[in-house]
Amino acid sequence: MTRENWKQLCAAERFEAHFKAFMSPEGVQFATPAAERAYQDRVQMLKDVVQLKKPKRVPVCPIIGFYPFAYAGVTPEEAMYDYDKLGLALKKFHADFVPDSLAIAPVYGSGKVFDILGYKLYRWPGRGVPPTAPYQCVEAEYMHADEYDEFINDPSGYFTRFYLPRVFAALEGWQMLAPVTDVLELPFFGPYIVPIGIPKVQESFQKLLEAGRAAMEWIQAASAVDAATLTTLGLPSVFGGFTKAPFDTLGDTLRGTHGIMLDKFRQPQKLLAAMEKLVPIGIDLGVRSAGPQHPVVFMPLHKGADGFMSDDDFKTFYWPTLKAVILGLIEQGNVPYLFVEGSYNHRLDVIADSGIPRGTTIWMFDQTDMKEVKKKFGSWACFGGNVPVSMLKAGKPQQVKDYVKRVIDDCAQDGGFILANGAVLDDAEPANLHAMIDTGKEYGVYR
Amino acid sequence: MNPLVEAISEMREDDAVRIANEMLDQGTSALDILDHCREAMAMVGKRYEAGQYFVPELILAGEMLRRISDIVKPRLAEGVAVKKLGKIVIGTVQGDIHDIGKNIVTFMLDVNGFDVKDLGVDVPVQKFVEAVKEFRPQVVGLSGFLTLAYDPMKNTIQALKDAGLREGVKVMIGGGQVDEQIREYANADAFGKDAMAAVALARSWTT
Repeated sequence: MTRENWKQLCAAERFEAHFKAFMSPEGVQFATPAAERAYQDRVQMLKDVVQLKKPKRVPVCPIIGFYPFAYAGVTPEEAMYDYDKLGLALKKFHADFVPDSLAIAPVYGSGKVFDILGYKLYRWPGRGVPPTAPYQCVEAEYMHADEYDEFINDPSGYFTRFYLPRVFAALEGWQMLAPVTDVLELPFFGPYIVPIGIPKVQESFQKLLEAGRAAMEWIQAASAVDAATLTTLGLPSVFGGFTKAPFDTLGDTLRGTHGIMLDKFRQPQKLLAAMEKLVPIGIDLGVRSAGPQHPVVFMPLHKGADGFMSDDDFKTFYWPTLKAVILGLIEQGNVPYLFVEGSYNHRLDVIADSGIPRGTTIWMFDQTDMKEVKKKFGSWACFGGNVPVSMLKAGKPQQVKDYVKRVIDDCAQDGGFILANGAVLDDAEPANLHAMIDTGKEYGVYR
Repeated sequence: MNPLVEAISEMREDDAVRIANEMLDQGTSALDILDHCREAMAMVGKRYEAGQYFVPELILAGEMLRRISDIVKPRLAEGVAVKKLGKIVIGTVQGDIHDIGKNIVTFMLDVNGFDVKDLGVDVPVQKFVEAVKEFRPQVVGLSGFLTLAYDPMKNTIQALKDAGLREGVKVMIGGGQVDEQIREYANADAFGKDAMAAVALARSWTT
C-alpha cells in the first residue's frame, strides 16, 4: 500500500485508507471463504460503530487478560515461557467462545526476554509472584523527584541513560553512555565511543543482543498464534497500536502514584512541562505501533479516574495533554480506543469535548454509569463496556444475561456501541462468559 | 483554629512543617503536636468523604504527618502509650502485589487510633491465619486488585473458619473490582470502596 501522498490526505481520507487496509490485510490467506467473510463482517461492524452507525449487530469484544489460560488449564507462567502452550490455550479459548475480536498473543510477553534483561519494573509468574498470578507492576519512583529538568530537556536521553538502567538490571552499564548528540566532529568523537569499550557497557549490549534474538523467536511464535485464529475463525484484533495519556506515562512507571501525586502539589509547572514533551512522543508511538494495517490505538486510562484527583485537577493536569494525543492520532487517521478504567462519573462533561470530532473515538467504560454515558456521549462517540467482572466470576448465567440485555437496551439502540466486560478479565466462570457473548450476539441484532 | 491544624488541613506542606518546628522550639510537647496532627487528619478525612479532597490530598497529608512525626518522635517521652481503639490485621492477598490502596487504608486506620499489623503483599493464606492467632485482632482487612484475588480472599476467610478463628473477627475486603457480589462470594462481613469506608467499618465493629 503506497503512502506517497499521505501528507496530502486529510484526516477522514487517512481514516478510510487505514480501514481499507484493515479490511483486506496484505499477505493474509484465509483458511476458508467463510472465515474471510466473517472477518470482513467483523471489521465492518467495528467501522460502523466507530462512525456511530448501526452495524449488523452489536460487536462483542471482551477485554481479555489471563483468563484463556485458566480456561485451558495452562498457568500464566506457561503462557509466558512455553509458546506451544500459549498457542494451545488461545486457540481453545477462541474456538470455544468465538467473540468478535482476538485476544492477541504478544501482550502476555516473553518471560525469557525479561529474564535476560533483568526486568525490575514488573514481577511476573514464576519470577516474584506465583505461577498462577498475572504479571504486575512494581510501583516505585524510578524517575526521581529532582530529575524533571533532565527529562524535559531530552526525554530519549533520559530514558537511555537514567531510566532504562534502573528498570533493567542488564542495562545498568548504559548510565555510562554519552548522549548521541555528542557526535559532532572527528577530533571529538573519542568521548562518545570510548565508554562503549568499558566491560560493563559491552556486557549490557551483549545482553541486549541476546534479548533481541529471544524476542525474534517469541514474536514469530506469538504472531503465528494470532494469524491462525484470524485466518480460521475470522477474528480481527480490536486494536493495532498502543499509547498513553502523558499523565499516566509519568505516573504509572516513572514517578509512581505516590510520586506524581506529590509532584502535583510540589512542582506543578515541571509536571505540566514534562507532559507537554510527551504529547508528540505519545502521538508518534500510537501511530507507529498501529502501522498501516490497523487504525485503532489502545490507550488505557489510569490515574485520572474518579477519586484520583479533583475535577479541577483533571481539567488542569490530566485532560489537556490527553486530548492533544487523541487529536494527533485522529489527524493521522487513527482511532483512539480509550480504556477508561475505574469510574468516570465526574469526568463525563469534560471528556465529551466538542473539540474532538464526532465519530472518531472509542471509549470503553468500567464502573461508570452507562445511562449517563449514553446521554452525554451517544451522539458523539462510540462507547461500550461495563459488564462487571465480579459478576462474570461470582454471578450466575441468568444474571449476566439480564445485565447484558439491560445495557444493550439502555445504550445500543442507536448503534455506536460495543459490548464488553468492564475490567480486564483474568478469572471467570465459563458459563458466565458464554452468557455474555451469546446474549450479546443474539440480543444485539439490529432489525 | 490552631495554625498547625489549619496548615495541614489546607494542604500547606511547607507551612505545616515550619509551624511544627516552631511549636517544638516554643515548648509544645511532642504529644500535643501529634494530637493536632490527628485533629487535622480527621478534618482531611471528612473533606475526603464530602468529595472535596481526593487520594492526592490523603497522600500529601500522610507525607506531612510522616515529616512531622520524624521531627517530634525523638522528643516523645518514653513509655507513653497512645490508647488504641482496636487491633486490625491487613494485607494484600496471595498472588497480588498491589498495595497503594491498602497503604492508604493502613495509614488512615492508624491515624484514627487503631493498632494495625500490615502483612504486606502476596500474603499466603496461612500467614493471615497465623497473624490472627498471634495478634488477636478484632478486624481483618483483605485487599486485592486483580480478578484473580477473589479466590484467595475466599480461601483466606475459609482458612480462618477452619482454624476456628472466624467467629472472633470481622472481615472487610476492598479493591478496585470488589463489590457486594464478591463480598457474598468470599463470605466477608463487608466491603469498602475506599479508606474512609474502612475506618467507618472498623469503628462500627470495635465500639
